[in-house]
Amino acid sequence: MDIEKRKKYWKENLGYLAILLTIWFLVSFGFGILLVDQLNTIKLGGFKLGFWFAQQGSIYVFVLLIFIYVRLMNKLDKKYNVNE
Amino acid sequence: MDVQTWTYIIVLLTFGLYIGIAIWARAGSTKEFYVAGGGVSPLANGLATAADWMSAASFLGMAGLISFNGYDGSVYLMGWTGGYVLLALLLAPYLRKFGKFTVPDFIGDRYYSNVARTIAVICALLVSFTYVAGQMRGVGLVFSRFLEVDINTGVFIGMIIVLFYAVLGGMKGITYTQVAQYCVLIFAFMVPAIFISIQMTGNPIPQFGMGGTVVGESVSLLDKLDGLSTDLGFAEYTNGSKSMIDIFFITAALMVGTAGLPHVIVRFFTVPKVRDARKSAGYALLFIAILYTTAPAIAVFARTNLIETVSNKEYEEMPAWFSKWEKTGLIEYDDKNNDGVIQYVADKNKNELTIDADIMVLANPEIANLPNWVIALVAAGGLAAALSTAAGLLLVISTSISHDLIKKQLKPDISDKGELIAARLSAVVAVCVAGYFGINPPDFVAATVALAFGLAAASFFPAIILGIFNKKMNKEGAVAGMVVGILAMLFYMLKFKFDMFGGGTKEDWWFGISPEGFGTVAMILNFVVSLVISRFTPNPPEDVQELVETIRIPSGAGEAVEH
Repeated sequence: MDIEKRKKYWKENLGYLAILLTIWFLVSFGFGILLVDQLNTIKLGGFKLGFWFAQQGSIYVFVLLIFIYVRLMNKLDKKYNVNE
Repeated sequence: MDVQTWTYIIVLLTFGLYIGIAIWARAGSTKEFYVAGGGVSPLANGLATAADWMSAASFLGMAGLISFNGYDGSVYLMGWTGGYVLLALLLAPYLRKFGKFTVPDFIGDRYYSNVARTIAVICALLVSFTYVAGQMRGVGLVFSRFLEVDINTGVFIGMIIVLFYAVLGGMKGITYTQVAQYCVLIFAFMVPAIFISIQMTGNPIPQFGMGGTVVGESVSLLDKLDGLSTDLGFAEYTNGSKSMIDIFFITAALMVGTAGLPHVIVRFFTVPKVRDARKSAGYALLFIAILYTTAPAIAVFARTNLIETVSNKEYEEMPAWFSKWEKTGLIEYDDKNNDGVIQYVADKNKNELTIDADIMVLANPEIANLPNWVIALVAAGGLAAALSTAAGLLLVISTSISHDLIKKQLKPDISDKGELIAARLSAVVAVCVAGYFGINPPDFVAATVALAFGLAAASFFPAIILGIFNKKMNKEGAVAGMVVGILAMLFYMLKFKFDMFGGGTKEDWWFGISPEGFGTVAMILNFVVSLVISRFTPNPPEDVQELVETIRIPSGAGEAVEH
């Protein structure tokens, strides 16, 4: 594989990582910790929203993030023909 | 049938299953012993990783901790799951492509240095031994409470079982017993949770029941618990009492530490391809999330049930479980005002009841009056959780010795067969040492678990990340970074947990960060030191830079395992 293609593959990969990790940070450190008091004024069913993110929501999002990453990377690997 | 008979039946059945699997999955070569031949399917690896990861602490301890800490307990929930996102996105695929057997393998090869390799080995051993002592203790606890054998006999039985399948099967045996153990532990965790959720909220899904309305009342469960807590002088359950900065740093340290734990990382060496490594990280977190989203629900149910059962009630009228746990010393009642009524309040001078957080999961089915077989099932689940984690850790310990020390440093010309014998012997020694610590637990076990995460965060995580994402990172930078990270972590822990270097109290914590959260600071220090030093020292050799290029591209992972 030539160097240019390698570089482009890596750059796209890093782009995905930046987006996914931003969401990762937002739902846990953001909604679950830093903004928890503000979000707690909103109710989600019997939950305060900030508390829900800290003990439930962030975990659901984490699982989703990994599976989205798997899909994105499988596509990217095919595009650059580096899949196995 | 009584609880004890049920427990004997269920525990014997599950142990028979584990041993059967171990005999079926014997390891014939070092590759099978270290990485199960690299042929585990992503689904099986996901299940095994989940069991590997969820220890006695997750199964028995966590819901209790959250129960007593409310919102503050979120650090464990987010910390011990969020790390898998880092693992899946930043570590697992690349380490799989690198395709050797251990974490010190990667550190040693990537930083072309046996010094770096040795630091990694020491860290791996320190982290794993700390952890494994706790697991053995967990096995002993379950045995002593449910089968009424002596706690030491319990540890001894646990040792023999683990010895059997870890030594015989290596990674291959461990992987498939862990798959079975996951099924046992998740079933055992969910059944009581579902029962209690229906009892309390009418909703069979605990995750929803937690946010539901109390049966027969119009108030939501969490609002009710907030009310009960504040009435007794405790902090509001959904708000907690730790400072925001400390919550932030502890969560980060646990996340990064999780991603840096060698016994978790090494599981991703066992799948055939890079894409399988990514996928199995997803499965692993999915299976972990089932337990981790149920635990906070159990915490709420248990806390509410507990307060309603004991608070301001006659001591004489306590149900049978109360006196059973009193005998173990894990529940203590001290009638300070001699009125025969239990005052359970936040004020230490008036409070008459102390409850060990560790018993909440075990006692929960009894508190909720569930059938005997459910109580027995929880005991078997706790054993599955403790044994699966212990086995994973013992494998890391034996591999570190036979592969990273003997094969890579002391005696490179050792034959595959000789190395396999060395691996098995080190596993035997490791089990004995773990058993010793299980029987004679050092009083600092609780403090050192935080240290294990802190060390993993301060050493492995930055070294691996930089090794993959920074091509110019060299051995000088990595070694200096790891040393500074580890020393900073040790210093802070010794100062504030063991009263050395002048000691100090909560008020003296730097920026209000507890020793549990200091791993994050040590990790940042490691990153900074590595980056600065590497700028003033020579670039790594061409072939190492080429290695970094190769691990970034998924294709060709199959052949990488062969050498």
